[in-house]
Amino acid sequence: MTAAMSYLYYRHTLPVRLMHWINAIALVVLFMSGLQIFNAHPTLYWGKSSYTGRPPVLEITSDTKADGRLIGVTRVLGVEVETTGVLGVTPGADGELRARAFPSWITIPARYSLGLAREWHFFFAWVFVLNGIAYVLYSLFSRHLLRDLTPTAADLRGIGRSIKDHVRFKHPSGEAARRYNVLQKLAYLSVIFVLLPLVILAGWAMSPFLNSIFPGWVDWLGGRQSARTIHFIVAWLLFLFVAVHVFEVIVSGFWNHIRSMITGRYRITPDHPPGGTS
Amino acid sequence: MSSTDRGRRRFLTGLAAAGGALTLEGCERIGATLLGASVLDVGERLSETVHRWLAAGTMAQEFTEADLSPTFRANGTESPSDAAYQALAKAGFADWALEIRGLVEKPLKLTLAELRAMPARTQITRHDCVEGWSAIGKWTGVPLAHVLGLAQPKPEARYLVLHCADTMEGGDVPYYESIGMADGYHAQTILAYGLNGADLPIANGAPLRLRVERQLGYKHAKYLMAIEAVTSYAGFHGGRGGYWEDQSNYQWYAGI
Repeated sequence: MTAAMSYLYYRHTLPVRLMHWINAIALVVLFMSGLQIFNAHPTLYWGKSSYTGRPPVLEITSDTKADGRLIGVTRVLGVEVETTGVLGVTPGADGELRARAFPSWITIPARYSLGLAREWHFFFAWVFVLNGIAYVLYSLFSRHLLRDLTPTAADLRGIGRSIKDHVRFKHPSGEAARRYNVLQKLAYLSVIFVLLPLVILAGWAMSPFLNSIFPGWVDWLGGRQSARTIHFIVAWLLFLFVAVHVFEVIVSGFWNHIRSMITGRYRITPDHPPGGTS
Repeated sequence: MSSTDRGRRRFLTGLAAAGGALTLEGCERIGATLLGASVLDVGERLSETVHRWLAAGTMAQEFTEADLSPTFRANGTESPSDAAYQALAKAGFADWALEIRGLVEKPLKLTLAELRAMPARTQITRHDCVEGWSAIGKWTGVPLAHVLGLAQPKPEARYLVLHCADTMEGGDVPYYESIGMADGYHAQTILAYGLNGADLPIANGAPLRLRVERQLGYKHAKYLMAIEAVTSYAGFHGGRGGYWEDQSNYQWYAGI
């Protein structure tokens, strides 16, 4: 194609690449083992305890119909939906439908084991937190944060156009593709500095021992059961972020992005959409 | 099909296989190996070390009467089927006594009346089940530190093993748990005989249960019969320090 014009540039440093993949693995394990932990008590509440007299915020349960059929039932803020096959009554590792909140194909371990799920969750929580601390420190001191992630005034002025471009799946090309676009920067910053710290904090708030470090701090989040609800919601917001992230990677030059996150090199093709075949 | 296409296809197949290993049986296999289990175990040990360092002598949050759960949920055994326990319950626990034994200078046998005559502590605390739910209750009992003061554990005692009266449903071993000495002496660790201003109901562990605040519910052993000071809990039952630790891979450290 335009081999003479296109060129590779060093987009991601080795520490960023390493920390990206460590984080990816940790988040996947945390999410899937977290759903297994949730399955042990698939009900969420708001408040300091589960028995406040108020109904649960979310309940994923099962029910037996008059004809003996087992159905999955999900109640969100009082609204009831039948969710057989997806939530409440779901396939196990053997494919058979049973009373189980999240299906076994999305949980670690696949079969019910609260103890092992916690083992996985807390090991990768340490991987995730230490990796996250390393990333934030590296980003500060290497100026990655300031140089690559902080939106400029011009970025912010162009936010309307960037939204329009995203909706039409139009991605920056040529030299503009060297930099993150403004929505990308804002998405990354809100994940790094809002969602991830919040999911960690809400996780800590569920630990009875950590609760005691400063008595009452868990009430900032509305109490331990609210913290559990927040932890669950933020986990799904992170899932949503990852889904959009992977989607954008696919539609804006999958191999170019994959290569740049493995080798560091990203191909810039002036006046042509980046990525595609080479 | 070009060679790069083949390469890409192979990459995607590999990725899918890796994903499969992660989801289905893969994790169970990794977790079931000795190496896998001991690597995963690092998380638990790291958590306990850091927690103990951050919050050695801190107190669990205490709540007000307004926060009390209308009925305190009972979990695990709610009515022991053991004949010996039922006989004790029938007599209103008049013949029941808590044994303090093992590595102590003065082994003790304390009746319910004797425990009730000791200095009492009442605390409104939140009970967090490992499964995820919480309930708030008002507990009254004797600080374990007071009882330990009478029994005088020997310097080599490192753990307290709590022996219970209830055989778990469907099993043939009694419930038991163990805690470290630091938790034993914690101001909020009490041997509770009262819940919400009344006698401790059978469903919640009558006549006596442990409250070891800052730990998950399965540590709070119910239907207490004996407390044994030991250097190691490895010799009891499955060797992991508690019923659920033995049966279902629950972590011995229950602070998280």
